Amino acid sequence: MSPQDPPVVSVRDLAKHYPLRSWWGGKGSVFRAVEGVSFDIRPGETLGLVGESGSGKSTIGRAVTMLNPPTSGTIAFEGTDLATLSAGAMRRMRARMQTVFQDPYAALNPRMSAGDYVAEAFVLHRREMRGPERREAVAALFQRVGLDPRFMGRYPHQFSGGQRQRICIARAIALKPSFIVADEPIAALDVSIQAQVVNLLQDLQDEMGLSYLFISHDLRMVRYLCHRVAVLWRGRIVEMAEADVLYADPRHPYTRRLLAAVPLPDPAAERARLAARDIGRHDQPPDGPLTEVAPGHWVAMPRIEAA
Amino acid sequence: MSTGTPIAETTALAAPAGSPALLQEPGTLSAFWRRLRARPSAVAGLVIVGLLILMAVFAPWIAPYDPTATDWGNVRGAPSLAHPFGGDEVGRDVLARIIYGARASLGAGLVSVALAVSLGLPLGLLAGYAGGWIDGAISRLTDALLAIPFLILAIALAAFLGPSLVNAMIAIGLSATSTFIRLTRAQVRAVAAEEFVEAARALGNPPWRIAIRHILPNIVPAILVQATLTIAAAIIAEASLSFLGLGQQPPEPSWGAMLNTAKNFMDQAPWMAIWPGLSIFLAVLAFNLFGDGLRDALDPRQRT
Repeated sequence: MSPQDPPVVSVRDLAKHYPLRSWWGGKGSVFRAVEGVSFDIRPGETLGLVGESGSGKSTIGRAVTMLNPPTSGTIAFEGTDLATLSAGAMRRMRARMQTVFQDPYAALNPRMSAGDYVAEAFVLHRREMRGPERREAVAALFQRVGLDPRFMGRYPHQFSGGQRQRICIARAIALKPSFIVADEPIAALDVSIQAQVVNLLQDLQDEMGLSYLFISHDLRMVRYLCHRVAVLWRGRIVEMAEADVLYADPRHPYTRRLLAAVPLPDPAAERARLAARDIGRHDQPPDGPLTEVAPGHWVAMPRIEAA
Repeated sequence: MSTGTPIAETTALAAPAGSPALLQEPGTLSAFWRRLRARPSAVAGLVIVGLLILMAVFAPWIAPYDPTATDWGNVRGAPSLAHPFGGDEVGRDVLARIIYGARASLGAGLVSVALAVSLGLPLGLLAGYAGGWIDGAISRLTDALLAIPFLILAIALAAFLGPSLVNAMIAIGLSATSTFIRLTRAQVRAVAAEEFVEAARALGNPPWRIAIRHILPNIVPAILVQATLTIAAAIIAEASLSFLGLGQQPPEPSWGAMLNTAKNFMDQAPWMAIWPGLSIFLAVLAFNLFGDGLRDALDPRQRT
């Protein structure tokens, strides 16, 4: 990863609006789930997307992969504007961009064996592959994600949560994509399994040069895994910076509140944190546009007072 | 962190020795059998259904007499060793007619439900997955058909098509179709909202493949249960149509047609009514018991 590489994903002014219907069914106002979101993800980079529930994290993830196309804004993936693609071309493009979902049990078809589930990637995008070749490729993927290939014939309910997420990851990397949206991939897992899955994602990144959009509300995991972090609040990015910078020097009041909400493992420090945190400040002035306060550190400055 | 080796919990899932490991079904079917066997009523239903089907298939070998042969010495004859179920108004052996009558009843149940499923499943899949005006058109048609009671619709259609067993099957099948459209549509919509359908889309599955490979296998259990229970209703419908003279035509035997004749001789030869009545009761009960057991056994929440 180097800053001069062209970005894998380039999102500009992304917005997703949902129409609100009034009680008599007529056109009401719109709910602006996401508004004015722009970011780039470079090859081999992990961009963390953090924010509270309902802040629009998953909406962005689903918009970037066109699973739920945005209302406006452009998404350029490897230089191609995704909005210009036909349905068929978009399906072919999906070989290059994959998603790992939050709940690995819900994301697996209960009536499809784990092997068939992973093999589906080849069935769809490597039509020339023959059966035995495909089975071998799937077995290799199982091995790669730390699953015993003997379990290829097993069904989702016969696996644990961590194993299921490994199956999903195996399918996501099967076609050697350049970009993966990881939508809270560890939120549904036991804490003891979370680190394993995160490490697996990291190993795969080093190995394959993957770029991730890592959506999470686990701030410590984001700091550990992500190169850059974007903080989302009420559908807008309020701060974006290198992970170290953001955690060391949060500028936006919401970022500060978010970071202050992370519990500390030391009881004394935790008591100090609870005493010092500023919960009540929801009356802050409206945000202006993102301003670069330091190289690579963007903050939505309050419209009235200067920070 | 060990990504290269299986994590500890996988060892508990070690494949049974001697089974070929790659891409093999791991006993979901045997688990299903185990759950089905745990329900005595379902097993009883299955056994009775099986016996009735065997009886219908092997009728020529089992029946003691030709079901249409008349015997003037056995007119309204009481049950005896020679004729265990007695004789009917023209001296035909009631046991032979019950055995052959199973062909009409079970045949009508199976054929009409097969027709209803083969029409209702694709239409329901289309309505549930395509949505929009296609869904609107199919759903309104379904609503209109469901507004007419099942049996009334079947009688009207059978009367329109003309009295014969085949026409009765078609009439019953068409009448039952709307149930399957509605059930399939509801199931498709429920399954389509699941995350694995979105995951299938994220991988680049075209819509038709999502419908066939991802949604269809997940709604088959519900369809299977409904089909079994509908067979019971179709058997009653066939008996009703035959009772009204719209189904099996004389002299060929059908339980419903036998009841129709028997109603004129209730005081002189009650066995003419009792045996076909009991047969209908038993067949319907068996399919219902089996269908209920099937529903419980296929419930994915009870997966082990």
